[in-house]
Amino acid sequence: MMIEVCGVTKSYGAGDATVHALNRVDLSVSAGEMLFLMGPSGSGKTTLLSIMGCILRPTSGAVRIAGQEVTGLSERQLPRIRLEQIGFIFQGFNLFPALTVRENIELALNLKGIRGNESRRRSEVLLERVGLRDKAGQWPTNLSGGQKQRVAIARALAGEPGIILADEPTAALDGTTGRAILDLLRELAHEKGRTIVVVTHDNRALPYADRIVTIEDGQISGQGPEKGDG
Amino acid sequence: MASLAWRNLFHDRVRLVVTLVGIVFSVVLTSIQMGLFLGFVRATSDLIDRSGADLWVASSGVVNLENGIPFSERKFYQAQGIAGVADVRRLTINFATWKKPSGSDESILLIGVEVEGGMGTPWNLVEGRIEDLHQPDAVIVDELYKSKLGVTGIGQTVEIMGRRARVVGFTRGIRTFTTSPAVFTTLDRARRYFGLPADQAIFLLVRLSNGADIEVVRQALKERLTFVEVLRTTEFARRQAFYWMFETGAGVSVLIAALLGLIVGVVVVAQTIYASTMDHLREYGTLKAMGASNGYLYGVIIRQSVISAVIGYSIGIAISLAVATTSQKTTTAIILPGWILGTLFLVTLLMCMLASVVSINKVTRLDPAMVFKG
Repeated sequence: MMIEVCGVTKSYGAGDATVHALNRVDLSVSAGEMLFLMGPSGSGKTTLLSIMGCILRPTSGAVRIAGQEVTGLSERQLPRIRLEQIGFIFQGFNLFPALTVRENIELALNLKGIRGNESRRRSEVLLERVGLRDKAGQWPTNLSGGQKQRVAIARALAGEPGIILADEPTAALDGTTGRAILDLLRELAHEKGRTIVVVTHDNRALPYADRIVTIEDGQISGQGPEKGDG
Repeated sequence: MASLAWRNLFHDRVRLVVTLVGIVFSVVLTSIQMGLFLGFVRATSDLIDRSGADLWVASSGVVNLENGIPFSERKFYQAQGIAGVADVRRLTINFATWKKPSGSDESILLIGVEVEGGMGTPWNLVEGRIEDLHQPDAVIVDELYKSKLGVTGIGQTVEIMGRRARVVGFTRGIRTFTTSPAVFTTLDRARRYFGLPADQAIFLLVRLSNGADIEVVRQALKERLTFVEVLRTTEFARRQAFYWMFETGAGVSVLIAALLGLIVGVVVVAQTIYASTMDHLREYGTLKAMGASNGYLYGVIIRQSVISAVIGYSIGIAISLAVATTSQKTTTAIILPGWILGTLFLVTLLMCMLASVVSINKVTRLDPAMVFKG
């Protein structure tokens, strides 16, 4: 399993005012699987994604990433796990406006210690992969929403992570562009056995899922291979 | 690839200008206030510092140059006989009234010196010679005070304490802390203006022989001359500056203004740098999610603040130096010595870095949900 979440609870506040964002959640995601997390707003999807991404620590329970227990790791060790194992894709793209398209990707490579010509070569390969090689020198502000998300995908792939966590990757995109992004993500999942977890509200995205997990009130309320009408 | 810190700063020119304006304002404010304070300190003690004497003999308990009490000239002759003393000169100084050619009065600080010997005499003469003081009724004034004293050129006659005086020379840059300009004349003429008996002096200026131990000579003078104080020039200058700066309270306001300048500067810079970091908070959150260590984030934030500090300081100090240069033509000099420039650079750097450290706390405690919000 690439991701194993065992009995994870995430609480805020104390005493009577305690709020459980997640309550004893168990979930495993295997390599090459494209899993969709669905549920109403405030159900705990993003909290679960943050915990799987080692950004947020659970109040109790255990999380294993690529077989490594990460719950007990220190604040100094967690960035290393994120850097080596996880790539993020955000709803708002989160590109760096002061960097060009190529530099946004190079930044991710630089974090892994890849610099200079090698960084440039790899960023061009990644841009080629997402179909944006001709946009390398552009500023993010000059790109369409779909192009920005492609850059974000290329950046997430830069560190060659085994896991990609995507938060509402199609929310800011029109239907056609959204489907193109999901096609790309599915290819990425299947071509190199990457684990992809997507948080979405978008029912049109469901046909792309290998598995759909529904969360309500901080608990998994259902999961299965059922896919929407698409 | 250019550093993220550099790109962040220069990508948004408007934000950069706002940041730099804050730092420049702070540097200019602080340096000008400090320079004014130093200018005032120098103005209080310049007459002592530039006297050319090693030791000053003054009436016992003297607190400042302008309030010396006359003592018998016998001490002048006694001092000459002390081993290690190369030269002794007398000096009188007091406030006097100067009647301008227009008829109005002006307060002046009249200094009577012995023209020979080169102790206590005016410096930086731009017109006339010190020896011209030997001419009848001769006085030398500073060109900065021409307008205040109502004089335009050499040869002009005025009145000091109801007696005739004639301008024979001009100095450049001899300022006083009080609003009364320094006016130099001979010892005898000053005595007449003040109505001081011919056998009295207010200060003795002592120059030591080569190789003489200043402390030994000072001790010998103290033992030989009664009811007087023997002070090193630096000691008297410090006492004089302390008197005007703190005992009169006049300098305290300047010092408080300088300190306020520093505090306001720190606050302005802190707020500017903090706001700049907050503007990029989302990007730092993204970097964190991408696996950047806290050390990497600190590096970006501190580099940004250092670049801002260096650019802001350079512009600010250039403005301050221009203002200080212009001030040399006025009666209030702003002095910016190298150590002030160096100290200010370190202070600017430090406050920028401290401000960024405050914002770093915010970055390290970022709510991860922020990264995921669209």
